[in-house]
Formats: sequence, C-alpha cells, structure tokens
Amino acid sequence: MAGIEIDGLDKSFGQTRVLREVSLSIAAGEFVSILGPSGCGKTTLLRCLAGFERIDAGRIGVGGRIVSTPESHLPPERRGIGVVFQNYALWPHMSVAQNVAYGLKIAGIPRSERDARVARVLELVELGALAQRRPADLSGGQRQRVALARCLAMESRVVLLDEPLANLDVHLRSALEEEFAAFHARSGATMFYITHDQAEALALADRVAVMDRGRIIQFDRPEALFRQPATETVAGFIGEGRVIEAEDIRPLGDGHASAFLLGQPVRLRCAPGQRGQSRGKISVHPGDLQLLTDDHQPGIEAHVTRATYRGAYLRAELAAGPSASVPLSLNVAAPASLDRGQRVRIALRDGWVIPDPATPCSP
Amino acid sequence: MNGSGRPSRALRLLRRAGDEQAVMALLVLFVGLLSIAPLARLGYAALLPDGVLDPARITGLLGGRRVIEATINTIWISVSATMLATLAGTAAALLAGLSDMRSRTAWVFGFVLPLMIPPQVTALAWVQAFSPASPLLGAFGLSLPPGTRHPLYSAGGIVFLLGLYNAPLVFLSVRASLHRLPAPLIEAARSAGAGGLPVTRDIVLPLIRGGIFAGAALAFVSSIGNFGIQAMLGIPARVPTLITLIYQQLNSYGPSALNDMALLALLLAGLTLLGMGLTAWLGRRGDQRVDSAARPPRLSLGRWRMPVTLLAWGYLALCLALPLTALLGTALVRGYGQPLSAETLTFGNFVNALFHHPGIRDAFLTSLWLTLAAVAVLVPVSVALGYVLSWRRGRIARGLMIASELAYALPGIIIGVAMILFFLRPLPIIGTGLYGTAWVILAAYLSNFLALALRPILGGYAQMDRALDEAAQLTGAGLLTRLRDIVLPSLAPAAMASGVLVFMTAINEIQVSVLLVSSRAQTIGPMIIFLEEAGSSTLAAAVGCLMVALVLVLMLASLPFRRHLPPGVLPWQD
Repeated sequence: MAGIEIDGLDKSFGQTRVLREVSLSIAAGEFVSILGPSGCGKTTLLRCLAGFERIDAGRIGVGGRIVSTPESHLPPERRGIGVVFQNYALWPHMSVAQNVAYGLKIAGIPRSERDARVARVLELVELGALAQRRPADLSGGQRQRVALARCLAMESRVVLLDEPLANLDVHLRSALEEEFAAFHARSGATMFYITHDQAEALALADRVAVMDRGRIIQFDRPEALFRQPATETVAGFIGEGRVIEAEDIRPLGDGHASAFLLGQPVRLRCAPGQRGQSRGKISVHPGDLQLLTDDHQPGIEAHVTRATYRGAYLRAELAAGPSASVPLSLNVAAPASLDRGQRVRIALRDGWVIPDPATPCSP
Repeated sequence: MNGSGRPSRALRLLRRAGDEQAVMALLVLFVGLLSIAPLARLGYAALLPDGVLDPARITGLLGGRRVIEATINTIWISVSATMLATLAGTAAALLAGLSDMRSRTAWVFGFVLPLMIPPQVTALAWVQAFSPASPLLGAFGLSLPPGTRHPLYSAGGIVFLLGLYNAPLVFLSVRASLHRLPAPLIEAARSAGAGGLPVTRDIVLPLIRGGIFAGAALAFVSSIGNFGIQAMLGIPARVPTLITLIYQQLNSYGPSALNDMALLALLLAGLTLLGMGLTAWLGRRGDQRVDSAARPPRLSLGRWRMPVTLLAWGYLALCLALPLTALLGTALVRGYGQPLSAETLTFGNFVNALFHHPGIRDAFLTSLWLTLAAVAVLVPVSVALGYVLSWRRGRIARGLMIASELAYALPGIIIGVAMILFFLRPLPIIGTGLYGTAWVILAAYLSNFLALALRPILGGYAQMDRALDEAAQLTGAGLLTRLRDIVLPSLAPAAMASGVLVFMTAINEIQVSVLLVSSRAQTIGPMIIFLEEAGSSTLAAAVGCLMVALVLVLMLASLPFRRHLPPGVLPWQD
C-alpha cells in the first residue's frame, strides 16, 4: 500500500509563489480531497505529486519512497501514479481497448495477459461492449470511465484526479461521484481528488484539505470542517457559513462556551483550549438559526432583506444588529412566507468559536 | 572514494536521466553545430581575423566608398519595399478577410502564389514581361524597342519587385490577426452606427496593428536578404547592395576575401536585426487578444463590390499573369527577342531543359537529393525540438528557439559565408574539407530551414492537449516511444505540411547555395542566373517555367489535406 507524505513543499513560477510550506500526511487507501478556489495552487500540487513539476523546497514521499526533493526528481514515468485528467486525455487515435492496454504494453506485459486484463477492467466499468470504439464516439460519462479503467488496469496504488467532474453537466455528476466511490472501494488505491466544488469534496472524501493562496489552511474530516472550522476563511467557505462577531466569550470547560451575540446570551461550541475573550469570531450556518414565532421569547431582532424559494425550504437573508450591519442567513421549512422588509426574531441554536490565531490553543 | 565506483554511478545516472536528456543533448548538438558554431565562426572571422581586434581594418573596410554606397542602397531599398509590401498586403488581407468580395478563395491562392515562386524566376519573368515575346504587352505593341534601357533595371525596379514579392508575407500575418479579432467588437461598433469604412479605420486597424508590424518585420527581413531579385536586377543596373557586393567580391577574389566578406555579412546581419527590432518596437502595443469562437461578420462592399472585385483581379493579372505569360512566351520561342508566333513556336527549350542539358539535369538531381535529405532530417528533428519548445520550457529550450530563428531570419547569403568559413578547413576526423561538396549545401539547408520546418509543427503542438503526453508518461513510456505512439499520430498532418514547406523552399532556393555551389555540386536554383548570364535566356525561361509548374503542382496537391491541418499552416489555404 502507498501512503503520501508531503513535507514543507514550496513551488514558485518566476516571482509567484504558488505553493507555500505545504505539508500533508495521507494514509494508504485514504480518499483525500483538495478543495480550494481556482488559482489557489491545487493543480500545481497535483502536478508536483505526479512528477510533472520539480519542487523548490521540501520533499514528497510515495509509499515510503522519496520521489521529489529539490535535488532529486523521479520522472513521472517511474512513479507508478495514475492520473485522471480534467479532459481525461484519452488518445484520440486509439480505441477504448487500446487506450486501456497502452500502459500494459509499455510495461512489457505479454499480449494474452494484457488482453485478459483489459477485458476484465472494461467489464468492471461496464464498457465491454464499447471496447472497439474511438474516444470521440463516447459520451462524457463513458470517457470518464475509460480514464478510470486506464488507472484500474495499471493497478496504480495512488490515483490523482484533477477536477474530473468540472466539465460535465449536473445530471452526470452524482452518477459519476458514485463511480469514484465504487472505484475507490474496488481498487483500495490512495485517492487524491482536486476540486473547487465543496459538495463533491465533502461527499467523496475521507478527509479534505482546504487550500487558499498556496497554503493548506485546514486538513480534516468533512464534518469537522463544517462544525469546527479552524479559520475564518474555512468557516466562510464551507456550507454557506457566516462569520460574525460575538462578545464576552467564556469557556465553560465541557467543550462549550457562553457568549453574547447582538446582546443576547448564546451557547456555543469551542475548542478545548479556548480562553476567555472579550470579542471573537464565530461560525454560524443557516441551519443553526431558528425563526421565533413566540413574541415573548428573547431573541435577536432582524429584518428580511431578501427571500428566495429553494423548493423544500425558503432561504431568507437577514440583516441584524444596531445598524442592520450583520448579515445572517436562515432556512425556513416550506410552506412559509416571508416578505422583504418584514421584521423577525431569531434564536441561535448552535455555533462554533473560531480559534483566535493570535492566541494559539492546543488542539 | 575509490575509482571503481564512478563508472557504475555514471551509468546509473545516465539510465535514470533517460532518453529525454539524451534527446535534449542531441538537439543542442544539432543546433549548436549547424547554427551557432558557423555564425560564431563568422563573427570571429569578421572581427578578429588574426585573433586581435583591428579597429583600423574595420573602419577602413566599412568606410570604403563602395561599401557605404551599398549600405545606403540596401537600407532605402529594403525600407521602401517593406512599405510597399505592407500597404499591398494589408489591403489584400482586409479585402480577403473582412469584405464580401467575390471569389475570395481563388483570389487568395493567386495572391499568395508569388511568394512560392523562387525570386530569381520572378525577376526573370518581369524582365521578360517587356520583351517582344510577351503575349500581353507584345501583342499590344507595348514591348520595349531594342536598345532602350529596361525600366526594371533600376533601384526603383528592385523596390517594386521586392514589394510585390513580399506583400503576401504581410498578407498572411495580417490575416492571422484578423482571424483572432473578436466578432463582438465589430458588431458593437456596427450597432453603434459605424459603417464599413469607419469600422475598418477605427476598430479593425488599431486592433490588427500588431499583425501589420509583424508582417512588416517579415517583409523587411525577406527584402534585405532577397538575393534573387537584388542580383537579377541590381547587377545589370549597377545598383550595388550589400548582398550583391558580397557575392561579386567572393566570386572575383575567392576565399582570400572571406574575412572582409564576413565583416560585410555581419553588417548585413546587424541591419537585419536592427530592422526587426525597430518594427517590433513600433508594433509593441499590438493587441495580443486570444481567439474568439465567432469569426467577425463580413463587411458589405455594397455597390463597390463589383469594381473592387475587378480591381483585385486586375492586381493579380498585373502581378501574376503579366510576368508568368511573358516567361512562358520566352520559353516557347527559338531565340531571345523573337515575338511569339506560329513560326517561332518551339518546345525545344523545354526538351533541352528536361532531357538534353547535362548541367541542368545534374543540378536538378543534386537539388532533389539535397532537398529530400533536408526534409528527412528536419521533420523528425523539428518534431523532437517542437516537443521541447512546447512542453519543456526552460533556458536551453529558449536558446534553441532563438538560434534556429536567427539562422532563418538572417539572409541566406550570411549562412553561406558562415558555412564556407566553418567548413573551409579540413575536418578533424575525415581529414578533408567539405567545402565545394554538396554536403556543405546540405548543412546550410539544415541550418537555414530548421525554423521553417518548425513553425507548422509548433502549430500542431499548440492544438494538442498536453495531458495526452502526460497520460502516456504516467504509464512509463519513454520520450521516443511517446513521440512515436502518442505525438506523431496527432501531429502527422502538421509534420507533412512542414515537409512540403521545406521541400518547396529548398528545391528552388538560391540565396543559401549561390555561394556554395561549385563545379562538383550545382543546384538548380542559381542555374537560372548562370544561364541568364551566359545568354541562354530562353533556356533560363524554360527552367523557370518548370520551377513554377513544380510549385503549382505541390500547392494544388496539398489542398485536399487542408482540413486536417492547423489553420494557417500552409499559407495558400484560406
């Protein structure tokens, strides 16, 4: 089995530092997703891992073997890493079967064994009937499966996927997400999945690394990213989160803290080492807020700035606070009706105190 | 620690480095030996002939009356010809690319054709245009009476022909810019109420400025280095230019004049680079917009459509039909100066040129094998070099690119002088010099035409998804295997186009080999000048006609493949 160890990786193109001190430790067989906006360096990270780019500092190890340091560089053709490219990179002049067989041919595997392996792999991805077709005659989903079959046939222990769903329409995506999950279960390979779509990342991966401007800002399980974001950036990026300011945060010692939000007392979750703070940022998701119907319950005053119908629920954008300067989002189960300008009262049921980078706490 | 560890370590390093480094090393060797080393030798011979810099010799030589006269002529003739070519080429590109002129495809083919005809043939054809045998002028009694000075034997004549000859270069560059012009920009101007003329003047011309100046730079380089036209017109007219000066001095004094000629060649190279730099600077803020999916809509010429179409075809009649029919007319008469009629008509010149004249036959066969050898070497080298330049950027790749571009941009005669200097002395291993043999010409072709072969192949790489190669690399395939299995199948049309371009250029070329030909190795390109100088004008015309026919056949034969090619790779396809 092959895990991936990335340690202190730096990479620059000219004056631009694309990757800064990137470190990741990925266990063998793990499905890891790299999530970040375009231009954050995630594709460069993949290309360094595959061996297409040399690195400026740090090192990369795959399966216990150092493959990249600034001084030594194992070329891609000797790393035994599979890559599913964004456009699949199927060779247009070869049939589906030839595309899958090419790597085996290069590896010098005898024809009979090669043919058997190609047939088996194509059966697995349900493309047996299309073996003689050219890539141009396939649909987007079928091309994707050929690209996966190519990795399966090579029995790559590490498979890198570069935004493989970015060019497909919405209908295909969920079907293909299942395809990746099945591929992972079948092959047991370590998967390294690059995407800018958090729904994809959270649904597929065992752990997600959130990248921003060349740095990994949090590497954790999907639910931890959602419930315990480490920075304001992660909090704002994942699950339509909002970052707002709370006052007088006092840890209660049981993983919770009391605080005041817009003058109302609230109970929040916090890190074990959280200290008392007079002000601090907290992460709130739409599901954490509740619309109060009883006028006598204490709650936060706000008014509706926009209400949009989302099918199963109604999404309300609210403005709260003394000068209506704190924006909040709220989901109200349908059927319901909220109008623009309507005054409402809301209660906060859950929230997370974002650890203050200035006062580091033990994790 | 001990010596025995070293060889095995070196071997391991080599194996680990793989064939990619080996290919890179071979490319560096190829370009270094054929482009960089001869040019460096030229610079050394020019500036330090005896190992020391002698400013007195340099100023004495460059300050001479003949050199100054030739330099001034070279500059103003090239600049004027460039302006003429830029005007004609830009107008043609706007007509063909933007207007709804009739029968554009055929017109583009005709407009680009002069570029494919060897310049010495063009010059010969124009000289014949005023002869009594010319079917167009001769039939109207407009041919020159014997004894009058030929109007083209003048500096103005050289400017005129160089301008016409290079107009297609500007045309191609401007047309490429027009193809990248985003349609919405024009549509927005039209919906703002601008008609065809204001749109062209205010929107199109500013946006394609980069293309116009890039074309002008090409036209300048081609004008200043055009030996065929400058020699065919300038030598009889006694209008010396740097190129003809180098040629005549080397012919009269032989290798003893080499060091001085190297200095003149260096001066010519300096002027060429200066002109290129100047045009690049003028067009520096050219718009570098990438392509848009939609091609701009054509602007209607309205009631001017018919007149403009007629005018455009009239231009072709003047530039193509007039000289070429005259050339054919001269090739079909028994003796020079006879009008073409039933009594004077003969195919003897063609029969002579094709079958009886041993010099022509030998020269043609030499040219043929040299050309085929150049194609056979340059296309594979370009595929490998294109790979490095497209997908393996770095300092070495950039250096290779500049060296090959330099060898192509510099006038062919400079490569000729450099090759003589480089190969004059006996080679270390063989023990005999290559000077005077066909091998020197082959070396010069390989050096001069590498960039020409490279261009379509770079176009092919630009259209290819790099991930195709990377996917193959991940399977463990080495560079040579990938080039064969993955790259070549996708690149085949571009490689073919590259072969066709090199073939068409090398088979008829004159400026590279004119200094290198000898009694032992004669090529067909300079043959026209030698025949014309020897007074065999009718035979020269027949050879010229055959060259044009060969070019036409190749151009037409390549047309069916144009759908498989990257756009703009073959200049004559629209």
